[in-house]
Amino acid sequence: MQIHLPLSIRWHGRGGQGVVTASRILASAALRGGYYMQSLPDFGAERSGAPISAHTRISETPPVDRGPIGEPDVVIVLDASLVGQIDLLGGLIPDGAVIVNTPDPDSDSVRRLEVGARQELWAVDGSRIGMDLLGRNLPNTPVLGAFARAVPVLGLESISLALDELMSETFSESIIRANLEALRLGYDQVRQVLQTEVTANA
Amino acid sequence: MTTKQKASITLPAPLAINGGEAVAYAMRQIDPEVVAAYPITPQTFIIERFSEYVADGLVSTEYINVESEHAALSACVGACAAGGRAQTATSGPGLALMFEIVWVASGMRLPLVMHLCSRALSAPLNILCDHSDAMAMRESSWIMMFGSNPQEAYDQAIVAPTVAEHPDVLLPFANVLDGFTVTHSVERVDVLPDEDAKSFVGEYEPERWALQPGGGATFGGLDANDFYFEHKRQQVEAMDNSLEVVRRQLDKYAELSGRKMSLVEEYLLDDAEVALVVLGSSEGMVRAAIDQARADGIKVGMLRVRLFRPFPVADVRKALSGVAAVGVLDRAIAFGAPANALMQDIVMATRTLPERPLLMDFVYGLGGRNTPKQMFREAIDHVVLAKEQGAEPESPAYLGLR
Repeated sequence: MQIHLPLSIRWHGRGGQGVVTASRILASAALRGGYYMQSLPDFGAERSGAPISAHTRISETPPVDRGPIGEPDVVIVLDASLVGQIDLLGGLIPDGAVIVNTPDPDSDSVRRLEVGARQELWAVDGSRIGMDLLGRNLPNTPVLGAFARAVPVLGLESISLALDELMSETFSESIIRANLEALRLGYDQVRQVLQTEVTANA
Repeated sequence: MTTKQKASITLPAPLAINGGEAVAYAMRQIDPEVVAAYPITPQTFIIERFSEYVADGLVSTEYINVESEHAALSACVGACAAGGRAQTATSGPGLALMFEIVWVASGMRLPLVMHLCSRALSAPLNILCDHSDAMAMRESSWIMMFGSNPQEAYDQAIVAPTVAEHPDVLLPFANVLDGFTVTHSVERVDVLPDEDAKSFVGEYEPERWALQPGGGATFGGLDANDFYFEHKRQQVEAMDNSLEVVRRQLDKYAELSGRKMSLVEEYLLDDAEVALVVLGSSEGMVRAAIDQARADGIKVGMLRVRLFRPFPVADVRKALSGVAAVGVLDRAIAFGAPANALMQDIVMATRTLPERPLLMDFVYGLGGRNTPKQMFREAIDHVVLAKEQGAEPESPAYLGLR
């Protein structure tokens, strides 16, 4: 997609899928890239499995808004089972982008997202990458890799460095290596779904 | 010149951390003798991070896990009376549970520091931001400073002990940061090198303390109708003294950090006909609303109050003189009072101006209610209308109320 700063990214997923961590890694990478940035979790109680969101802002000037993102440039959906339950694309700008974690870009749930004609849709099977490399449904780092490809505001390299730095506070060397690999596979495997493909199947 | 060159070489890389972590980072550099706290949302980042520093041996602090906030502040009072530097952190109901000791700390003239992560008071139960907790302690003889972002949460945390411990002051200091919007927002934070932060804060060397060898002082003794009144009068003087100490310390800190902070901060007030007054993290969105209104030809500005206690009356008067109408943004209700807390202060600060501005009060953001740009724009339009009609509304307007 066409990058224009400030760039705002809204993440949707379920508690435990690494939504907040991914947003924070992205913000750290933006700082490395020389930008001002912000990462906000949902305000309130956090529960495993419950729908949650996170908000990332990337800009050339210090952030002024410290509330949730109402009109995102990019929406990232880590869990397609949220489609129809939450207004995932609410406020998405007309030429924004959607990145969805799904094994099947032609699935009903992806179609029900109703991505606009001028909006980009990108799909990656982040959950499978997570299962293969981490043994759990952890789609956050693969989808972060997909973001690097779909929205080329920051290089994969600076995201990798930010991931390494942030995760090394808590995780072992092997887990970090697996996440870095997941990030790269997400970048490699994501593909843009052309709107004609979706409507043709509708 | 040499100091500048040194700074550019040794300055640590900016960090991507949230407001709570920024405060904990400052606390690590300050390395107080005692930290006592009880976990409560949204303060938790501060004490989680700080207890990691303790566990990793990065500080020499005695960290006391207490059974309640009442005990947390009591432990700090004890530590401080015994000559130590002490800090705590809390939020909303945690502050409410500390309340008896809030007055004890200031009455004993103990320069301890509390990081208050603003949260609504129960009931109904609410963990999100408003200023009900801070406003409830506004007459307790604590110095109170409101930060608006993680950077300021850090900067104010470094300045706090130097004000509190000043011999002309000796009062506790509350570093107030909005719960979630500051505590949980990950942003760029520039930090001082450890040695610079440590030398700015210096060693705490009290003149008298309770367990002083060769005859200590008595703290918190019975003070009946003979001297209680005089002691309270001295507190007034200490509070008055603190204002210029805060100003000096902020200036001194600006020389070191390059980040200028003032008692009040103005935005486009020079030619403003109307203005909004705000405390805390909403100032960013207020500025955005002002930019929008300016584009529509409205001459509007903002006054942001950083130092709330003592209230910088002269600075506020100067900033608002010449403004025709002022809207005051209160993030807490003073039930039954003739006006809400910030409005009361603005009324008193402006009452003797040769041309007193028309004033109107707005209540907003209670219990974490969202504070979008459009809402502050609505406030600006209200103030413009009041100016045109030349009339002050009698009661506050409630922004964003459903």
